[in-house]
Amino acid sequence: MAKHHIEATVNGDAVEFLCETEETLLDVLRDTLNLTGSKEGCSSGDCGACSVLLDGRLVCSCLVLGCEVSGRKIETIEGMAKGESLHPLQQQFLKSAALQCGICTPGVLVASKALLERSPNPTETEVRYWLAGNLCRCTGYDKIVSAVMDAAAVMRKG
Amino acid sequence: MTGRARFGADYNLPGQLVGRVLRSPHPHARIVSIDTSKAEALPGVKAVVTRADFADQPSEFIPAGEMMMNYKDVVRNVMAREKALYEGHAVAAVAATSVAIARKALKLIDVKYEVLPHVIDVVEAMRPGAPLLHDDLFTAGVEPKPDKPSNIAKRLEIKVGDVEAGFKKADLIVEREFKTAPVHQGYIEPHAALATVSEDGSVELWTTTQGHFIVRAHCARLLGLDMGKVRVTATEIGGGFGGKTVVYLEPLAIALSKKAKRPVKMVMSREEVFKASGPTSGATVRVKMGATRDGKFVAGFAELKYQAGAFQGSPVQPGTMCAYAPYDIENVHVIGYDVVSNRPKVAAYRAPGAPISEYAVESVVDEIAKKLGLDPIELRMMNAAHEGTKAAYGPKFGPIGLEETLNSIKKTEHWNTPLRKWQGRGVASGFWFNIGGETSVSLTVNEDGTISLMAGTPDIGGLRAALASVAADELGVPVEKVRPIIGDTGSLGFNFLTGGSRSAFSGSMAIVEAAKQIKSELVARACKLWEAKPDQVEWKDGAVRPLGALAEKVKPMTIAEFAKISGKLGGPIGGVGRINAQGAGPSFGTHLVDLEVDPETGRTTILRYTVAQDAGKALHPAYVEGQFQGGAVQGIGWALNEEYIYGEDGKLQNAGFLDYRMPVASDVPMIDAILVEVANPKHPYGVRGVGETPIVPPLGAIANAMENATGIRFTELPMSPPKVLKALTDKGLNKA
Amino acid sequence: MRYEAPDSLEGAVALLAAAQGEARVLAGGTDLLVQMRADVLDPDLIVDIKKIAETRTVAEEEGGWRIGAAVTGAELKEHARLKKVWPGVVEAANLIGSTQVQGRATLGGNLCNGSPAADSVPALIAAGAVATLAGPRGKRDLPVEDVMLGPRKLALQKGEMVASFLLPPRPARSSDAYLRFIPRTEMDIAVVGAGVSLTVDGAGIVTAARVSLGAVAARVLLVPEAAQAIVGSRLDAAAQERLEAAARAACRPIDDKRGTTEFRIQVAGVLARRAALIALDRARSN
Repeated sequence: MAKHHIEATVNGDAVEFLCETEETLLDVLRDTLNLTGSKEGCSSGDCGACSVLLDGRLVCSCLVLGCEVSGRKIETIEGMAKGESLHPLQQQFLKSAALQCGICTPGVLVASKALLERSPNPTETEVRYWLAGNLCRCTGYDKIVSAVMDAAAVMRKG
Repeated sequence: MTGRARFGADYNLPGQLVGRVLRSPHPHARIVSIDTSKAEALPGVKAVVTRADFADQPSEFIPAGEMMMNYKDVVRNVMAREKALYEGHAVAAVAATSVAIARKALKLIDVKYEVLPHVIDVVEAMRPGAPLLHDDLFTAGVEPKPDKPSNIAKRLEIKVGDVEAGFKKADLIVEREFKTAPVHQGYIEPHAALATVSEDGSVELWTTTQGHFIVRAHCARLLGLDMGKVRVTATEIGGGFGGKTVVYLEPLAIALSKKAKRPVKMVMSREEVFKASGPTSGATVRVKMGATRDGKFVAGFAELKYQAGAFQGSPVQPGTMCAYAPYDIENVHVIGYDVVSNRPKVAAYRAPGAPISEYAVESVVDEIAKKLGLDPIELRMMNAAHEGTKAAYGPKFGPIGLEETLNSIKKTEHWNTPLRKWQGRGVASGFWFNIGGETSVSLTVNEDGTISLMAGTPDIGGLRAALASVAADELGVPVEKVRPIIGDTGSLGFNFLTGGSRSAFSGSMAIVEAAKQIKSELVARACKLWEAKPDQVEWKDGAVRPLGALAEKVKPMTIAEFAKISGKLGGPIGGVGRINAQGAGPSFGTHLVDLEVDPETGRTTILRYTVAQDAGKALHPAYVEGQFQGGAVQGIGWALNEEYIYGEDGKLQNAGFLDYRMPVASDVPMIDAILVEVANPKHPYGVRGVGETPIVPPLGAIANAMENATGIRFTELPMSPPKVLKALTDKGLNKA
Repeated sequence: MRYEAPDSLEGAVALLAAAQGEARVLAGGTDLLVQMRADVLDPDLIVDIKKIAETRTVAEEEGGWRIGAAVTGAELKEHARLKKVWPGVVEAANLIGSTQVQGRATLGGNLCNGSPAADSVPALIAAGAVATLAGPRGKRDLPVEDVMLGPRKLALQKGEMVASFLLPPRPARSSDAYLRFIPRTEMDIAVVGAGVSLTVDGAGIVTAARVSLGAVAARVLLVPEAAQAIVGSRLDAAAQERLEAAARAACRPIDDKRGTTEFRIQVAGVLARRAALIALDRARSN
């Protein structure tokens, strides 16, 4: 079976790749496009470490096939910082020690960005339920949730 | 943060092959034969390895984390030999040019098994007549030495005073039996290794591990290589908690790479992580405590039966040591059994063994408080270990912070907030002894005065930041000028692994050593430059300063200034700290939790949680708090929902994050952290390890809160809704 | 493995009907991809239906609502009017998995995965939803409770797929609710699921009701006895007890790693009652 030839946009850049039918978007990002920021924690959509935005929608890239993204817009952790400047969420995570081992962080940041784009002033409960699909084993979630809410406040100011 | 950090699975080498493992579908079976010929013939398969590719190892015990392991067992765990001893046990491995071919190759390997009866539960495994895992395992620690093999690998005990006499003095005796299920460390990053073996036989290995020096030692031993020929780089690690202190994929990747003459990359699936990497023990624990009517503990007895998995080496020893450590009791007797059964070999999990035994003791302490009508904090204060107390397991405590943590909890608004119906409050204390160990660090002063810090214990949570701040303090430079990295095994002397809450403790001690060398070197150079004598010069506040009359002739010089002219004064400036850190101080903690039970469904919600723990000196307070919070939430999962669920067939039913239920963000509230600091006098900054104690108190605290909310003492973990609802319904309490 | 993404129902049906080996419809992929990765499924053909307009639209139709089989839970949540009329259906679709999963999971996929624990199905059945199937012999309608026959067993014939769902017109003072029991707060498969839809009159008397239970039998159940227990009542304490008893009596659950038989039976009654009370509360303000 010949591979699929796919054109899409990743973090604002036009990309072109070949993939087998059974390859997921996560496989393509990591193994073909060398964007290893999205992580594979479970391959079953239960941990969120592979979170990306697909046409602005928060999804697990392990649950999307590479051949499904033809003509679509994908945003990964690698696209969150704008050149030298980190996204306010990234800055706040550093300030608040909201990461320890860091493996869940890319997924959490992408998910949090999606939340704040929809809901710029979320309550603690909203943040927790939105992030329920992002497992973290190191932090107990406390500093992650604080960082998201503090970043939201910073972003609301301007 | 930006996605640039490279974890185990993020490394790639040109020409690399995909490695996959064939695993036993049976929990216990003799491996009669393995035929790999069809797999080897499949185009795209470049190497296949089995037990035939690993030399047998004589029996030798070596330390691994805070437990001991035996190479004879290690080689068999890495690749099954005579028997498959658990579902998921590695039986063969292949390296192929694609995932699809590797998966196909595994299906072509023909293994003939003779299925044997299996045993999982620890009490069942101890019964005479239970299916026997090893016919050469004779219980150590019993007299006379047994002549029949059994599944009981070891019996050990600690004894102080006379518990029988103590019980006679007691006005109240409480005896209970507790049961816990095996739980997994739950790191989000699966095991991953990338190995390449060159023509001269030297090995380069990238692996996600807590101890790359240990990995080097194991791989060198198992593959018959000189250590100097094995260079291991610890990648960024996505969680370990003790579970990445052993080898699984590394020796396989190396053996495959050697055969295939190409790099081989291996990553475990989540299912493999659950089925083939070591969780911690499930256990049965019996506790019997005696107290006088005014609350003085007069006797503490416990019998711990811990599962080791397929090979001996459960954390029953630290479990026995920690059980009664928070208390000053005259008469203590703890017996421990290390028992094998057909499950993956257990690996360390954050304060290994202690959460189990302390859960049992803290539950009984709570029951004593209730029956005597005493405040649970007051009762603990009355019996708390303090400076000078001789712990039942041997050492005399120096200054310790248990009472301070109890007092801190007592003063919180949390403790003083009223509760509603079906809400409950529980408190428990906990202890971990912490270790020091062999540590090497190097500090190099770069020509521009910045500092390169190389440590050798993988950073599993904020270590680099903590060590950088110590180096900055010692050398009087801004912390942004210190660049910390974790060096590979070729770049540093031996480092024992990251575990035992040792890395900040001993890493900082080693940095102080290294910094001392730099400081004395700079003082010597200043003397040369200024033609001064040592007593005219001192290091102070980040510079070498002239004293007395000399101060009128020359100005102080900073590290950066010396660095600029280092070539003229003798060459590069650096220091190396190589120590075997001693004097690790134990860290005590007390946790307070409020929860609410839905009596119609048995579901528990954690409402509020406070941790108070003695950090000695918090090098980096935010990271210390993060340790407290992370450990507490692991404990919440252990207490309420996490467990390995086995079927009658000995197979694991919940080998994924869907049904192995770890806490998610909406399951827990904010975790308040109180940093207690009772300095450890044996450390230059007063530091105590903090990473492990946080997982010890939650089990007891939550069990005690459940009792407070429902009136029912749960002696089996996890306290999952079906169990809770049944207990409530049996008592007619299942109404709102 | 072949992948096709037809842009019409006829195209999809033709592919499915002609498939030689195993063919699977791909909507959100949140079940299909997991099963493929776990080696449970190895399809020869994947038919991605998301380019087919009928499967992706949400529109009012003859007083009711037609929802495409491949509309995601997240999209349903963003549909303010649908949410107002059918809060139970929308909340059920948004309990599946996580935010990420809800960004892809669909009503069609949730039903056709064939799990009796599916979250959206009890809500659809309680709503009286009808599935429109497209097949080689044309379209046909099937009440949702007749689509799933057992675990992984559907009433679909070869070449058939679910194209859309029709929710019936809503009388005034009607609403619905879906509750599920899970041990955590999110992320678990329902141990028990209860969907209730009802209508009350001006005096607060329940004039119509449908009750559906999930994860308590080999298929998602429509429980007429449970509905009868509350019709004609104000959902007073006695009616609630009758409802609980009827719900429990209908359960034929299994013991598994998620819950015991007795646990499921007991909690089914509790959830049916609680869901009915929420639906009642919502209906009164409609």
